[in-house]
Amino acid sequence: MSEQKAILSGNEAIARGAWEAGVKLASAYPGTPSTEILENVKNYTDIYSEWAPNEKVALEVGVGSAIAGARTLVTMKHVGVNVAADPLFTLSYTGVKGGLVLVSADDPAMHSSQNEQDNRNYGRSAKIPVIEPSDSQECKDFVAIALDLSEKFDTPVFFRTTTRTSHSKSIVALGGRTEQQGDIELEKNMPKYTMLPSSARLRHPLVEERLLKLKEYAETSPLNRVEYNDTSMGFICNGISYQYVKEALPEVSVLKLGLSYPLPEKKIREFAARVDKLYIVEEGDPFFEDQIRALGIKVDHGKDMFPLTGEFSAAFVKKQVTGQGPDLRAVAEGLPGRPPAFCPGCSHRGIFTILKKLKVFVSGDIGCYTLGALPPISALHSCVCMGASISMGHGIDKVVAKSDDYSQKVVSVIGDSTFFHSGMTSLLNSIYNKSASVAMILDNRTTGMTGGQENPGSGRTLSGEEAIAADIPALVKAMGVKNVVKINPYDLNDIEEKLKAALENEEMTVVVVEAPCVLRYRISKPPLKVDAEKCTGCKRCLSVSCNALSLEVKDDKKFVVIDPNMCAGCGVCAQVCKFDAIGE
Amino acid sequence: METTNILLAGVGGQGVLLASQIFTSVAIEADLDVKQSEVHGMSQRGGSVTSHVRFGQKVYSPTIDPGEADFLIGFERLETLRNLHCLKKGGIVIYNKMRINPSTVASGVAEYPDDVETRIAACGEKVYAIDGLGLAVKAGNARSANVVMVGAVSSFLPLPESLWETKIREVLPAKLVDLNLKAFHLGREAVKK
Ligand SMILES: Cc1ncc(C[n+]2csc(CCOP(=O)(O)OP(=O)(O)O)c2C)c(N)n1
Repeated sequence: MSEQKAILSGNEAIARGAWEAGVKLASAYPGTPSTEILENVKNYTDIYSEWAPNEKVALEVGVGSAIAGARTLVTMKHVGVNVAADPLFTLSYTGVKGGLVLVSADDPAMHSSQNEQDNRNYGRSAKIPVIEPSDSQECKDFVAIALDLSEKFDTPVFFRTTTRTSHSKSIVALGGRTEQQGDIELEKNMPKYTMLPSSARLRHPLVEERLLKLKEYAETSPLNRVEYNDTSMGFICNGISYQYVKEALPEVSVLKLGLSYPLPEKKIREFAARVDKLYIVEEGDPFFEDQIRALGIKVDHGKDMFPLTGEFSAAFVKKQVTGQGPDLRAVAEGLPGRPPAFCPGCSHRGIFTILKKLKVFVSGDIGCYTLGALPPISALHSCVCMGASISMGHGIDKVVAKSDDYSQKVVSVIGDSTFFHSGMTSLLNSIYNKSASVAMILDNRTTGMTGGQENPGSGRTLSGEEAIAADIPALVKAMGVKNVVKINPYDLNDIEEKLKAALENEEMTVVVVEAPCVLRYRISKPPLKVDAEKCTGCKRCLSVSCNALSLEVKDDKKFVVIDPNMCAGCGVCAQVCKFDAIGE
Repeated sequence: METTNILLAGVGGQGVLLASQIFTSVAIEADLDVKQSEVHGMSQRGGSVTSHVRFGQKVYSPTIDPGEADFLIGFERLETLRNLHCLKKGGIVIYNKMRINPSTVASGVAEYPDDVETRIAACGEKVYAIDGLGLAVKAGNARSANVVMVGAVSSFLPLPESLWETKIREVLPAKLVDLNLKAFHLGREAVKK
């Protein structure tokens, strides 16, 4: 029988690799471009897998599993590692028993992220190895190598992908599963796993020794590969940049670093000596370049040619190195953009329609509701990281001069998944420190922005089993919030009245909006229609930014039409119409 | 076989990814190396979607650069024009004439240009404008417009018709196979005239 092969995305291949390598537990918090790893792991029933409420918890669950002896996979997007950094740095000291691989899916060019930090730096700071695959076959194969390394060197292994390795599909040769030997039995090893200063002081030297051993390993690791060709130019590259270099310049010599930390010093010196000109092609920070220059090795081109920002491509590499490129057509100008928008029927639409009307400062958070910042709604005024809306709103409230003017008042807006992720501690702080701000928790019973994953409030687990759904109003009350108000997001009067009351209140109010995501739960009512006789073409309804609406012109008369295939019948547009022109 | 670059461009929800899947599985079956890349995430909520499909003897990069697409397959006319600069000199454009308003147009912030089709036609390359929606409805379901587009491209590729049919049978749910095969053939015929 011929070898079985499949076309897999990097994320699907990582899931497959975990299964083949005998992983027993996988934990994650969703985040593009990492989300599909666990969504695929869940289909391998040999692996126990779950969504955690945030990345720190996901990693800690993984640490428990690994020190108990099981092979473990933990995945997150790049900014998630910031949240999980606390356990990560000390996990470096304790080490593991069963192998632990932490996947960090970075997002150069910020296709769907708030920054483009280069997480290879974490490996260096936490003194743990960093592995970078360059296609789906490597995504699969490197997981097994990473787990072996983790066990051999008693260290967590940092597995860094980028959007292009995570989301590109390529052909993968599949294998079977190798189970870990024996049962997992719990043993106590206090000095290794209890990081008191006295025990941590004993562990730190071991971490430094481990790093030296890893450096030695790097010299012979199969993860690093030299491909000598024409030696007039030599390229050191990692991950997807390897593919770009090979595509653009098939004749050059390449040192591909699959183990990007710690670096193989001798191998690099040897390569640098063999080639006439040395280029370093790495997206993000000059991670290799700084270290290689620090070794006293002459680098002809690095960040001077390949920028710190955005992502590269084969044509870009070719252009930078040779100055050549295809004849380019002009990019069509003056085209209307097609940004994402609230879905027809989305429960966030009415809320933002009123927030805009009230002209308050909206302290935003990360989720579908962040789209409230885009025109024509343009009613979300800050967004930094998950969970920050309520705490930033509190900070604003404490310093801004008290005024009756709504433009000087702040409303924080946060989704259910983000509230569970890191908004609960922010709210606790606000109520403890006597905030007078207003917080809105938009509970749509799903983690919408990343594609509708389950969360602690949705009543189901990753595997689809029924679970206890956290009761947000009860949680908020238990924290000490006295004013907990529920509103109906499809009733604009209700929203306006209750928000105004909350803004007048000198004590904190938490507004809870319970309305399931229409996309995730496929909710739809009969479509609405526009009465062309009554419609004056004033475009007021268009300001709610719904793709089901559009303006038509017939015989010089302007009027709005509703696409019945898109309309979810939510009625928000009908409520802003002054002419009563929209109805069933 | 030289590497073939197919760029698919459309709007979230139009089935761009399923169409890509048909291309990649046909290529694998023909024993070619293949890579496919798209960016999902924010593209869901009615945003623009592009998918890059590359196949040949050996494929390294998963993405197609501007000026390098052999085929630009537009699922909507504005998205076709938006990606026209990706077409290589001598490349072929096949697009569905349908119009889907972007949120910026729906909300009155921007206008949908009325010269999209003339601008596409002016690119100086072979252009096939197809009534993808009409053909899909004729095949039995408006949602099969993506497979109409696959059919249209297939007639330019040196791969046997039966291979496409086999893969459509594999990739689509059983009850949708017949109408999608019909959609495939309607697309294939549409560019032959
Ligand atoms: C630290 C971190 N982890 C994950 C993400 C990815 N992410 C963006 S929005 C979001 C969830 C949003 O869900 P919710 O707050 O319920 O709002 P909804 O999109 O459903 O409206 C996630 C997980 C992120 N940006 N930062």
